[in-house]
This record gives sequence, structure tokens and C-alpha cells, in this order.
Amino acid sequence: MALAARQPRTWSDARAERTLGAGAVVTLLFVVAMVVYVVINAWPSFSHNGLAWFGSGGNVDQQLHDIQLSPADPDQYVYHLRAWPLLYGTILTTALAVAIGLALSLLASIFLTEFAPRKLQRVLDPVVRLLAAVPSIVLGLIGILVIVPFVRDTLIGQETKSSLIYLVQLTGQSVAVAVFLLVVMISPIMIAIITDALRSVPKSWTEGSAALGVNRWRTMWRISVRAARPAMIAAVVLSTARALGEAIMLSLVASSAQSFSPNPLDGIYFFLEPVHPLAATIVDNAEALSATPLKQTVYAFAALLLLSSAILSIGGTFAKRSMRRYGIQS
Amino acid sequence: MATTTPPTPSAAPVRPATPLPPRRTPTVKAKTAPKDSWRTWPLRDRAGLALCWAAGIFFCLVAASIVLYMLYKGVTQLSLDLLVSSPESSQDQTKSGGILDPILGTLILTTIGIALAAPLGVTVALWLTEYGRPRWLARAVEISVEIIAGTPSIVLAIFGLIVFSQDFLSFLSFEATGGGVFGRSFFIAGAVMSLIALPLVVGATREALQSIPGHVREASYALGKTKAATIRRVLLPAIRPGIATGSVLGMGRIVGDTAIVIVLLGATVQLEAYGDTPVLGTLRGTGSTLTSYVYQNSPAGEGGSPDKAYAAAFVLLLIVLALNFSVDLIAAGGRRSRGGLSDRGKA
Repeated sequence: MALAARQPRTWSDARAERTLGAGAVVTLLFVVAMVVYVVINAWPSFSHNGLAWFGSGGNVDQQLHDIQLSPADPDQYVYHLRAWPLLYGTILTTALAVAIGLALSLLASIFLTEFAPRKLQRVLDPVVRLLAAVPSIVLGLIGILVIVPFVRDTLIGQETKSSLIYLVQLTGQSVAVAVFLLVVMISPIMIAIITDALRSVPKSWTEGSAALGVNRWRTMWRISVRAARPAMIAAVVLSTARALGEAIMLSLVASSAQSFSPNPLDGIYFFLEPVHPLAATIVDNAEALSATPLKQTVYAFAALLLLSSAILSIGGTFAKRSMRRYGIQS
Repeated sequence: MATTTPPTPSAAPVRPATPLPPRRTPTVKAKTAPKDSWRTWPLRDRAGLALCWAAGIFFCLVAASIVLYMLYKGVTQLSLDLLVSSPESSQDQTKSGGILDPILGTLILTTIGIALAAPLGVTVALWLTEYGRPRWLARAVEISVEIIAGTPSIVLAIFGLIVFSQDFLSFLSFEATGGGVFGRSFFIAGAVMSLIALPLVVGATREALQSIPGHVREASYALGKTKAATIRRVLLPAIRPGIATGSVLGMGRIVGDTAIVIVLLGATVQLEAYGDTPVLGTLRGTGSTLTSYVYQNSPAGEGGSPDKAYAAAFVLLLIVLALNFSVDLIAAGGRRSRGGLSDRGKA
């Protein structure tokens, strides 16, 4: 760009810069406006509950219902909310999906770059792209019409269902289905990023390792995978943002009407219990936004998602930049 | 076997000084050195290899089962009649009509979204790559594009809802009888949709700009062209494939998004125009798309006709796959045209 500075700056040139810059600034202002708007709208919900907003206590569904039915008089608005079950739902599904997805994606990426026979490699590339392209609503539809009934009738069974009926209704909409579909949804992103990084590991490194008599698996595991660690961080960060914000699919397959917090001490049933993530709660309440307190509560959920995904996006940029410094492209 | 196969023992001891060193023996057999067969590996390494195979096959199986299942459902449920008739709200599955309106809705929404996102995205990418001063502003813009890319679409949707429910924006949707602005219309949904396409357009355009060698720009400057003229006459034609790739990827995202449609399109079964002006009325009116149709007809929605949801999902999947396929075609065409550009640069 130094060359451009020596150019005679004509009027039309300056105008071009200003016009293009205006578009960029509009984008920037839009993001600032979005954050400010959402946080301002969310503020009453946070300020009425204080830090207890994030805590647990009582029945979230009942609290949301009360908020929706609160009197029209602004002085008597009901804001009481303890949102922990919803937060727990989001954290649980996201963490499980990202952990499982990372393991599977790493293995699949190693397979794709190093060990797959040529023919299979030629199949796997489009397969990953196809999985990345499948809209989440299609996954959700298959989930609720095929996998959820399967889980309900085969994995859970009538006896278990009736034995637990007083504790929780096992409809088949469960942690396990939600996590499985999330894994299918986020893995293609991870595979794309990790595969790119593995492929751009300098050949001299792996050749050096091979020359020392290390076998191909260990070379891959000790050299390439280690070199690609920043890519794995970027992959985790970006796919966490995706999993956090997935609303429609999770509202289909993760929970029925009730908000339930699965307890890890329940053993195998832990994975078969329903869960209610934040984003899905927003969808479920999107119809009732005319009630001001509920609207502000829903914006509080949105603000939380917005801030955490923004932090993740910025973190992802830095992870990618550190990759570039080591000469590994993302 | 893959490309990073270590050199075979026969080819390894090659001195750099040797003219035209044979890097690898050209025989096929030499790809796997007999000494590094997995049979000789320790058990742990073999277990790792087995896990790799399992993961690779797992993803193949998942993709194959999704595609085959949707294909089976689509072929059995889809009919010409379904494609050309409008949906009716009826509990009776034989009377609930077809999916014409959702298909039209998807087309309208995608058109609006990409018509807004493509120019803005190209503008942002051009400014970032070609100008990008002051630096802090460029960094801030870059980060804000990243933030838009990471923001869940449901958050964008309900953000759009408050913004477009303002009184002075009522011309974009319509006012309810009570005086409140409805804040849901094709135009509004399309405007918010353009945001989820924007980062993809910016990314693909920047990549295309960065791949243009500097000497192309320098040649243009040497001929006395201003920077603006260089962008207009040299860079823009050269990055057309990049813009097209980004736009098509963005269209794929728009077509597949559900949350924004459900929140911002009013979720009426048919396209309901508002007012009498033909085009403007539709844009200000409400409707449905394939994604919201699928959602409404799944057990979660009111329609409750899974067969039609499958048919619509199949059409949706076909559209998305067609868009992805066209990305490949554009990329292939782009390689050809870029070759042409660098030839011209040399001449």
C-alpha cells in the first residue's frame, strides 16, 4: 500500500475511499448498536435479580410464566428469575458436543490427511462438505421424527418411563439426541479447520521424523497434531459459538415443555433426560414478546448469548492469528 | 496412501547437489515402505489407526444415512401437485395443500438478503484490503465482521424485531390496528438475513483480493490509473469469481436459516401481501419459507404433517446441495479466469 501513497490523489480517488470506508463503518456501527440495544433492553431483568439471575432456585418455567402474566402496570412488573437450569442446559449440551466433536473430528482429520486410501479420501472430502451444508432444520426434523421415537421406544422403554414419571417425563427428547445432532452439525467445521492445518504442516518436519525411524502414526500424532494445536483451539472456539446459538434444532430435539436439569449422578438416564438450553428458550418464548417483562427477560438471554459468542469470535481470531505466526494457514 | 508418505529408504539418501534428484521412485509399490506397514506398529499406534478409520467411516455413514433417508422420503412424498399448490391451514392432511408458497418465500427472501449483503460485503472487503487506514478502524471493522459471523441467528432475529418495531420504520412492515408496528415482513427478514450472509461475502472477496498479485496493481498504477480506477477496472473484474463464491455460500446460509424466518416473517402459511401495490405489498407482507414450513409441520409446530415436512426438507436439501455444487463450478471457472489475468499481467 506504500505505493498507493505516492499516487496523485484525485478527487474521485478520495471519494472512492470515503465511500468504501462508509460501508465498513456502517458494519462496525451496526455491531455496536446491536450490542448496546440488546444489553439496554436486557438490563431490567438483570438489575432486578442481581447476580442471583445466574443462580438456581424454584421452577424456571413457572417463573417465566409469572413474568409473562405480570400486571400491565410498570411498577408491578414481575422479574423474578433464576436462570441456572437454562444456563446449565446450554453449557451441558455445548460442552459435551464440542468435546465429542473435537475427538471425532481430530481422528477424522488425521484419517483424511494421512491414512485414508485415495479412493476413500475422494469420497470423504465431499462428505464433509455435504454434512456442513445440511441445514440444521433438516437435522432437527430427522431428529424429532426418527431418533427421538427410537430413543423413547427402544432405549428407554415403557417400564423405565413409567417408573420415572413422577420425576421427569422421558419423551425421548434428551441430552443424548441433542448432543449427537450437535456433533454432526459442528464436526464439519472442525474437520475443515483441522485438516487445513494438518495439510500445511511443513513437510520437512514430518520427513525429519520419518527419517529418524518414527512410524507414520507417531509422526502424525507427535509432529503434525502438535503443530496443529492452534487450529484445534480455533476449531473449538468457532464450533462452540455455533453450538451455543443453535436454537431451532435444539428446541425440536432437546426438551419438551419443561425445563429439567439432568443430574450426572443418574447414571445412564442422565443422557436420556430432557434439557432446555437458552437459545431454545428464546424460540419458545418468541411468540409472547408483547409482554414487556418477558421481552426484557428474553433479551437478557439474547444478551448473554451475544456476549459469549462475541468473546468466542474474537478469541477465534486470535487463535487463527497465532497459527499464521507459526506458518500454518487456517 | 496420502501425500505426506515419508520417502522410501531407497529414495531417501539423495544429496541436494545431485542434479534433478528423484524425490520418489515412480513405481506405485514404493508408496508404502514395507518397513512401515501398520502390522509392525506397537499396539497403541494400531489402536489409534483403528480409531481413525472408525471416525472416518462414522462420518461417511452419517452423511449417507441422512442423504439416503431424505432421498427415500422425498421421492415417496414429493409430487408435482405438492410443488405447485399453495398450502392451506387445515388439520386434515389431504386438504393442507402444497409447498408452493414456502418455495416462493425462500426465493424472495434469498434474493433480498443477497441483494443487500453482496454490495455491502464487497464494499467492506475492498476497503479492508485496499485501504484499511486508519489501522485501528480496520481492526475494529474486521472484529465486527467476526462478531456478526459468530452471533447466533436467533439473537440477530430478536434484535431485528426491536429495531424494526420502531414507529418510524413502520413503512417496512405494517401497523396493527392498535397502532403498534408489527415488525415482521419479507423486507425485514431479508434485511436481517443479509447479515448472516455478510461475513461469507466479505471473507470470500478478501481472499480473492489477497490472491491477486501485487504486480497487477502496480501495472495499473504504472499506466497512470488512479487507485479508484484500478479497483473499478482491474480488481473488480478479477475478483468476480470470489464475489460469486461468497454470495452463493451466503445464499446457502440464508436458505437454511430457520430462526430468523420464524421470528421475523410472521409465520403465516401463505404469502400474505399487505396493501395493494403488487411487489411492495408482498415485501411488506408476511409469509413462510421452506425452513419455517418444515418447522411448523414438525411435531413442534401446529401443522403436524410430517410427510409434507419431509417433502419440504427434501426440496430444501436439494437447493442447498445445488448451491454448494455451483460453488465448485465457480471455483473451477475462477481458476481459469485468474490464469488469464496473470497472463495479461505479464504481457
